[in-house]
Amino acid sequence: MNVTFALATARRILTQLRHDHRTVAMMVLVPSLLLILLRYVFNSDRAFSAAAPALLAVFPFAIMFIVTSITTLRERTTATLERLMTLPIGKFDLLFGYAIAFGLVAVLQVLVATGISLTWLGLEIDGSVWLLVLIAALDALLGTALGLLASAFARTEFQAVQFMPAIVMPQILLCGLFAPRESMTPVLEWLSNVMPLSYAVDALESVTRSNELDGVFVRNLVIVAGSGVLALILGAATLRRRTP
Amino acid sequence: MFNGRRIKRMANSDAVVVDGLRVRRGGQVVLHDVSFGVPRGSITGLLGPSGCGKTTLMRAIVGVQIVEGGTVTVLGEPAGSSRLRDKIGYATQNPSVYADLTVAESLRYFAAILRAPAGDVARVIDEVGLGTHANHMVGELSGGQLSRASLAVALLGRPELLVLDEPTVGLDPVLREELWALFTELAARGVTLVVSSHVMDEAARCERLLLMREGHILADDTPDALRTATAADDLEQAFLRLVRQQETPA
Repeated sequence: MNVTFALATARRILTQLRHDHRTVAMMVLVPSLLLILLRYVFNSDRAFSAAAPALLAVFPFAIMFIVTSITTLRERTTATLERLMTLPIGKFDLLFGYAIAFGLVAVLQVLVATGISLTWLGLEIDGSVWLLVLIAALDALLGTALGLLASAFARTEFQAVQFMPAIVMPQILLCGLFAPRESMTPVLEWLSNVMPLSYAVDALESVTRSNELDGVFVRNLVIVAGSGVLALILGAATLRRRTP
Repeated sequence: MFNGRRIKRMANSDAVVVDGLRVRRGGQVVLHDVSFGVPRGSITGLLGPSGCGKTTLMRAIVGVQIVEGGTVTVLGEPAGSSRLRDKIGYATQNPSVYADLTVAESLRYFAAILRAPAGDVARVIDEVGLGTHANHMVGELSGGQLSRASLAVALLGRPELLVLDEPTVGLDPVLREELWALFTELAARGVTLVVSSHVMDEAARCERLLLMREGHILADDTPDALRTATAADDLEQAFLRLVRQQETPA
């Protein structure tokens, strides 16, 4: 792992984004706009406060997944990846570069969404705001890592876009947002238990409801972070210096 | 008739030694036991019609091609070895630069990966004649400018071997002349160049030529020797005569 190469890659990706104002605006603002929409759909502070923490995890996760999988696929399908594979940069340097760049964008996205939810939309939380931001950022990183991995299994951008409903939607349906996980049938509960997003939503809910951090909370955070690292390692295994 | 001479040329001083290289892509053999050597500090032209295996051969030299058999040795190391990664400049046939960066930004990234000195970006922009376009977005360049932006990446750092896949496609004659002058100057400094082309008139500028067809090397010699051996006036004719010789063995 070479920090200089990872940082150079992160800077390159952020520069690419800087040239694309519309994408930046959408990445930073869309989750907030959706939360505002939801607040007025519910038309009640209490109902909003019950659903919003989970959505603070879900929106960055979904958006970072799709942005990363498309960007990485573009790198794979244009000759730039082939050229990079002849140069001294390592696979992990490249992947961590991606994770750093999109992680920074995700933190910005989460800060804006959380700020608007707390100040304007009437979200009330008992725990620490910074822990909320940390969990949401970890979630966005998880989305980034899964997006990197998913891009290896797509040949075209059409296929990559389809991974969003295939990989992200089941996690959203089963994460406890629509029905408590404990009340699901055993098969669905088991599925819910192996999906990393469920643990992020659990962690966010415990931060919203109480000021005390227990072992389960720490375990949930470790699971979310660990899943992200695992996805990055699997993603590195799919990058090949030699191709057919 | 060329085999005996080719084997003798493979000396330790060769920058690239390819021996019995066999590559299969999608079930088809695209390179059939190809062997040749490329002397250091030379410009070797790789010529042949589209689809004859030039790009696959170049990919094998830079070490990104999965090969079925044979060996490729580059600067004394097996092709693709990590010690070679800052010694080879490679320009793919499809320009490999980021469309959503400016020319200078794109080059700065690759310069960082190669640990090239700070002034290198300006130097290579100048060498490929893109000085007036340094701050233009790569995606807005014309085809010829785009391939020069991609070529510039290969010139960063201090490459000892340049593998350039059709670097002069779509360039006007003046620019083509300038790039060949640059290639000659690099070779004079000791850099080895392997340049592919499907334009026969570029072949005359190379010191040595590898003529390829359907995954075989038809000939490996100097342009003059090829013309003499085939009693042809130009290389196009020489190529045609070689193809006929292969099809009807004497």
